[in-house]
Amino acid sequence: MKLLIRNGHVIDVKTGIDGIYDLLVENGRIAGISTGIDPEGCEVIDATGKYVLPGLVDAHCHLRDPGYEYKEDIESGTRSAAKGGFTSVACMPNTDPVTDNESVVKYILNKAKNEGYVNVYPIGAITKGLKGEELAEIGELKFAGAVAVSDDGRPVKSSSLMKKAMQYASMFDIAIISHCEDTDLAEDGVMNEGYTSTVLGLKGIPAAAEETMVARELILSEYLDIPIHIAHVSTALSVELIRNAKKRGVRVTCETCPHYFSLTEEACMGYDTNAKVNPPLRTARDVQAVIEGIADGTIDIIATDHAPHHIDEKRVEFSLAANGMVGFETALPLAVTKLVKPGIITMKKLVEKMSFNPARLLGISKGTLEPGSTADITIVDIDAKFTVDPVRFESRSKNSPFGGMELYGLVWCTIVNGRPVVSEGVLL
Amino acid sequence: MILKSKDLLGLKDMSAEEIEYILDTAKTMKYVLTSNIKRTPHLQGKSIVTLFYENSTRTRLSFELASKYMSASSANINSSGSSVAKGESLIDTGKTIDMMGTDVIVIRHPQSGAPHLLAKHVKASVINAGDGMNEHPTQALLDMFTIREKKGTLKGLKVAIIGDIYHSRVARSNIWGLTKMGAEVSLAGPATLIPPKLEMTGVRVYSTVHEALMDADVVIALRMQLERQKKALFPSIREYSRFFGLDENRLRLAKKDVLIMHPGPVNRGVELSSAVADHDQSAINEQVTNGVAVRMALLYLLTRRGTNEAAD
Repeated sequence: MKLLIRNGHVIDVKTGIDGIYDLLVENGRIAGISTGIDPEGCEVIDATGKYVLPGLVDAHCHLRDPGYEYKEDIESGTRSAAKGGFTSVACMPNTDPVTDNESVVKYILNKAKNEGYVNVYPIGAITKGLKGEELAEIGELKFAGAVAVSDDGRPVKSSSLMKKAMQYASMFDIAIISHCEDTDLAEDGVMNEGYTSTVLGLKGIPAAAEETMVARELILSEYLDIPIHIAHVSTALSVELIRNAKKRGVRVTCETCPHYFSLTEEACMGYDTNAKVNPPLRTARDVQAVIEGIADGTIDIIATDHAPHHIDEKRVEFSLAANGMVGFETALPLAVTKLVKPGIITMKKLVEKMSFNPARLLGISKGTLEPGSTADITIVDIDAKFTVDPVRFESRSKNSPFGGMELYGLVWCTIVNGRPVVSEGVLL
Repeated sequence: MILKSKDLLGLKDMSAEEIEYILDTAKTMKYVLTSNIKRTPHLQGKSIVTLFYENSTRTRLSFELASKYMSASSANINSSGSSVAKGESLIDTGKTIDMMGTDVIVIRHPQSGAPHLLAKHVKASVINAGDGMNEHPTQALLDMFTIREKKGTLKGLKVAIIGDIYHSRVARSNIWGLTKMGAEVSLAGPATLIPPKLEMTGVRVYSTVHEALMDADVVIALRMQLERQKKALFPSIREYSRFFGLDENRLRLAKKDVLIMHPGPVNRGVELSSAVADHDQSAINEQVTNGVAVRMALLYLLTRRGTNEAAD
């Protein structure tokens, strides 16, 4: 079977392609990119006026399966990912049971193979049960198919244990993704510590709770000369610390999430629990710094931290509400609207941060349209405008603070392994 | 005039005119309250439920008596020994109360914003009787009522608030209310108990009690929760009292006719010396009476919303 995507603006970081081309898919692989490809015998998608990108790769999401299927499962989560233009997603291990052993990794991979709309890559735990006490069997996890390890949602509190985790994981060449939070400093805070927390009478989480831990990871990474990846960077000083470390040659990469460049702590006004997330939404100054970090390359990756929660876990008192927001179906539009449209980054940079770099971090052969590679493709119309309506999300959960927002960037097609799963904006 | 909102959630979102109106109405209510026959028909046929998720003596009693003095039917729910203890959500509990024909739900809750959540899901008016660290609007209204009664006005007065500002919903409501009414608010307390960026609310924050007290017309001392010591927010009661306790000596920094207030219950010898608590210029006991008057006014104003508006 041949599929021809005609006349779209094709961007590929690896090969440097950035222009109007036809793209041919044959037997699930990219067969060629050039002009005037003969459509004879091809199924044709007209991509005139649209961008044709390597399928988006999310380095950080929560599919909640196994254990919390009432929030999301692999089927609903990957439907949501496909709708948002993601063709590969890496899911965090805070499942029940925790993804800290081979059997859970295998369960996720099997279920994804049978029910998944997109490729799913499990991330294993750093420590057994995410308890921060003993190392998980990282070697076994890697060979079962885990693409990174992380205790996401919790920090590895012990510096000594983190040092050992980095040393041990480096032996298997598997990325460590660190959730940076000094939980002693964060105490029982529920939003950013600042003027808004004072106004709302809510306990604050100081920016320093993130920054002190970012500093620790940078120091350990530099000391050991082992790479570290910092998850969901949200503060100005975190960005500055990482920028500085990169200048010194520290092997650090980092990600931020759309909410950290789109929203401030003020989104919590009125006790809106959909704006409750960890790390918390910060100040306008932090948002500006994150945007600058994206622009100058300090921030390598834009990840969703897609964190579905049931309405009953959000329609409660703010302090009792669960942390996190769904993100698959708004990530690309937010990046287009907040970063590309104002001219902060080009579409090519966007592809780098939402496809190429995450694939590289996870060590998976995705994030490129190079001929011969698997045909994972996202076609997006960045001039199409729409109003976010969480009720219509494919995700099982609707906990989004972006409802009602007008955004640019409609996912027109999502093609996974050569097969369209979203076509003309509709999930098939 | 009518109140804009069906609920009283806080003074943050209330206008100076509305506050003035509530205080004026409370004046009439105090007249009723101090008369020989404490019974008015204002709330005849109205139903008031107090829903308390935290212990309270004076606030709860104050609301209950206020309802009874105005002939309302009233009932209480305690979080222990109710379906709340069985894990029912706030919204479900609220809807249950709502469906029994309740006109006003008075809620106290340990989480900031709980009354706001409840208000969105019930038809009844919701009165915030204290939510977490956020607001305690009826306390601030009774404080402002007391100040206005004693000083004639709030405008231009210097009001010092001393103590644990961070955890204090009384302080927050007073900050919003007093600044709206044109008072100058000065605050002092241990640095660990001052919320961040407090100056942005239009108050002055001092690190010594002396600076805050200087020429004050009114001083409000806050209750020091002794258990904060365990969280290392201050070293000891002894040290707190040494640097922030109000005694007669410190009181001399304020104006001669300074009004002394405290939301109660007082830790004698901690935030106030007994001599100050029992001082001629202490309004601590009168605050309690005024609390009933202010709550009568609020119950009246909220229950008549949407009925007799045209007559105004």
